[in-house]
Amino acid sequence: MAAPKPRVKVPNSAKVGEVIEVKTLISHPMESGQRKDKSGAIIPRKIINKFVATYGGEEVFSVDVGPAVSANPYIQFSMKVPAAGDLHFAWTDDDGSVYEMTKSIAIA
Amino acid sequence: MTFTRRDTLVMGAGAAALMALPLSASAATDEAVAAAIAAFTGGAATAAGGVDIGAPEIAENGNTVPIDVSADGAASILVLAAGNPNPGVATFHFGALAVPAAATRIRLAGTQDIIAVAKMADGSFREARRTVKVTIGGCGG
Repeated sequence: MAAPKPRVKVPNSAKVGEVIEVKTLISHPMESGQRKDKSGAIIPRKIINKFVATYGGEEVFSVDVGPAVSANPYIQFSMKVPAAGDLHFAWTDDDGSVYEMTKSIAIA
Repeated sequence: MTFTRRDTLVMGAGAAALMALPLSASAATDEAVAAAIAAFTGGAATAAGGVDIGAPEIAENGNTVPIDVSADGAASILVLAAGNPNPGVATFHFGALAVPAAATRIRLAGTQDIIAVAKMADGSFREARRTVKVTIGGCGG
């Protein structure tokens, strides 16, 4: 599979205390482990199993992701912006790979 | 015995049709759902309401059904699909800065109930369910 590519939509800036919407996407087949290949063998499970968002080093939001989450997992949440800072995202694959992205939020 | 081309084609079509069916068509049992909830609550009872589940009434494609969950004052929300081979879908955890709500897209094997169990800040649990009709199931690929 091509390297999973994360994409995040977050406002560049916000007022102190404003609630912002965060939309995330990562390209990933999310092989559930339920499918069989042509020979009848089960295609092994390989999914993104964890998503974590931290702001200023503190965890804001995280998801334990299961195989019932669709391919190219879309995850959306909202958070209050206390001050300017970096919003860091990490997606963990079953095979241990971690895909990351950081977005900076300025105070308007 | 030699197969005519027609026989081979028909057998191939049959095999292809079988491949297209969802693999384990059995839905999660009530016990599996109860076990998943108990694992999350530590055996504590859940009270109804206080959790909202947004989902389409009818999902055209069971491979990607948009859902959202929210619960005022929740620390985490567990999402289950009662009719999937395995009921667990995802668990959302909310830190102090997060609004206790989240959205994602999930796979549903067929028409079934989505269950959301919220763990509240005070340690209590709330539960809600919502039926989603699925026209084409999405677990077998």
